[in-house]
Amino acid sequence: MNTGKLGKVYEEGEVIVCQGETGDCMYEILEGKVEVLQQKEGREVRLAVLDKGDFFGEMAIFEKESRSATVRAMGEVRALTIDKRTLLRRISEDPTLAFRIVERMSHRIREMDNEIVRLKASC
Amino acid sequence: MAMKDAIGFKLQDGSRVSVLGGGPAGTFFSYFLLAMADRVGLDIQVDIFESREFSNPGPTGCNMCGGIVSESLVQALAAEGIDLPPSVVQRGIDSYFLHMDVGSVKIETPLHEKRIAAVFRGAGPKGSQNSEWESFDGYLLRMAQERGAHLINDRVVAISVEDNGMPRIRTKQGLSRVYDLLTVAAGVNSPALKLFSDMGTGYEPPETTKTFICEYLLGEDTVGQHFGSSMHTFLLSIPRLEFAAIVPKGNYTTACMLGYKIDKELVKAFFEAPAVKKNFPAEWKPDQNACQCSPRMNIAAADPPFFDRLVFIGDSGVSRLYKDGIGAAYRTSKAAAKTAVFEGVSSEDFQKHFWPICKSIKNDNVLGKLTFMIVGLLKKVKFARAAILRMVSREQKKGGGSLRMSTVLWDMFTGSAPYKEVFFRTLHPFFLSSFMWNVAVAVWPFKRKVGEGEVS
Repeated sequence: MNTGKLGKVYEEGEVIVCQGETGDCMYEILEGKVEVLQQKEGREVRLAVLDKGDFFGEMAIFEKESRSATVRAMGEVRALTIDKRTLLRRISEDPTLAFRIVERMSHRIREMDNEIVRLKASC
Repeated sequence: MAMKDAIGFKLQDGSRVSVLGGGPAGTFFSYFLLAMADRVGLDIQVDIFESREFSNPGPTGCNMCGGIVSESLVQALAAEGIDLPPSVVQRGIDSYFLHMDVGSVKIETPLHEKRIAAVFRGAGPKGSQNSEWESFDGYLLRMAQERGAHLINDRVVAISVEDNGMPRIRTKQGLSRVYDLLTVAAGVNSPALKLFSDMGTGYEPPETTKTFICEYLLGEDTVGQHFGSSMHTFLLSIPRLEFAAIVPKGNYTTACMLGYKIDKELVKAFFEAPAVKKNFPAEWKPDQNACQCSPRMNIAAADPPFFDRLVFIGDSGVSRLYKDGIGAAYRTSKAAAKTAVFEGVSSEDFQKHFWPICKSIKNDNVLGKLTFMIVGLLKKVKFARAAILRMVSREQKKGGGSLRMSTVLWDMFTGSAPYKEVFFRTLHPFFLSSFMWNVAVAVWPFKRKVGEGEVS
């Protein structure tokens, strides 16, 4: 059933998205895990590990800013790109298509809030 | 609006919705209706009436179509969180070949990524056994059931309207039930549509044309060696044949033909054409007993596709011309589900919130028809075919951003972009000047090299 695998395969350690680059798509993870990393003062900080069914790179769909983080494959990863133009065309016709993205972004803000509280409490 | 609400044109807790047909339109509708209802805290019941058993190989388990899930739909579904698994996708498609009598050329996607899914609507062609893959329709139906839809494996034999305007469904096995909304997703090949024409609602079924689809067993290795992960499209000057494609699947290849009165002679002429023959193993001949069908395809919208408490989605209503029927089913089913949950189920609600999507597909088909007509004319002229081939070959060798003819053909044959976008791209001065230059080179009386990607 290998013939039916959609998307593109990325090898262990391969950079899928690079911090600072301009992006015109988001990615849906179909298989495997990725790590989200940010460079800060020469150090690499891991922000998150994402799994099958998660997506990343969605900020490039809604903002014109460069990629905010690097995403690297942890083991073999299969991911599907979703083009900015295709997605925005669909969302303009059917705004409910953005429900899941908004829901996931809202979830991430909630996680960030918890992290800020944890860091402030430990200061 | 208050009047409509007062007489119950809004779905409420306990409302019942029936869906006639468990193909993609019916299951997408049920899935999204229940998902949206869940988001707003609405508790409704959805019954899907489907007498077909999608786990059966052959015609009894198949909804008869070429089985291509377009690039734009694969992406939209991924954005919805619906990732088609390898157990359903027979083959991921990342490129396509354009074959003409003057040569062939491969058109690659810039990302070299498999974003088109070749599927079987049922459990595979007749005679296929112990298939590793599952039915696409069966997968979607299960997804809708997991969302909470009830499957009623029975045939609907009568539909009537109660005094209060609510539809009543009667089935072959004696079930009789009243619903708040009846959604028709029966395609255009089901006798069920006649029930609505006979009801006197004013529903006019869509205009259709016949297609020809045939499945040939070659084995997974042979399919991979000869067809790879590319869709093969053919622009051939064979009388009565408009367009043909060969789609590689797991162990099979699916041949799809569109034209006027497709018969055995035309099919024979197609497979004997050198541009077709060269793709198959040397000794291969089409199996006369292979699983084949001539389903009808929607080519002009039902008018109108909605009434009070009654809406027609997918092929029963409005679909895209020739391409991406499953994508059109997704779009119309979501528009109908969104209207039912957030607005209401009256004719006015559907007119205001569902019809604009149908209208945009319908209007886009006008330009689609024009585009296919132009391609039809071009394929009859040898130097025009040679110019297309030369232009695409050059673009593919060069790579980069100016893939003008390649993207036009890609979007047209895969159904990835609206016809309007494809049509207006062909009017771009750079496209036209480049095409005219290639026409001039094609008619220039010097001998050119014959072969793949070259003009003869």
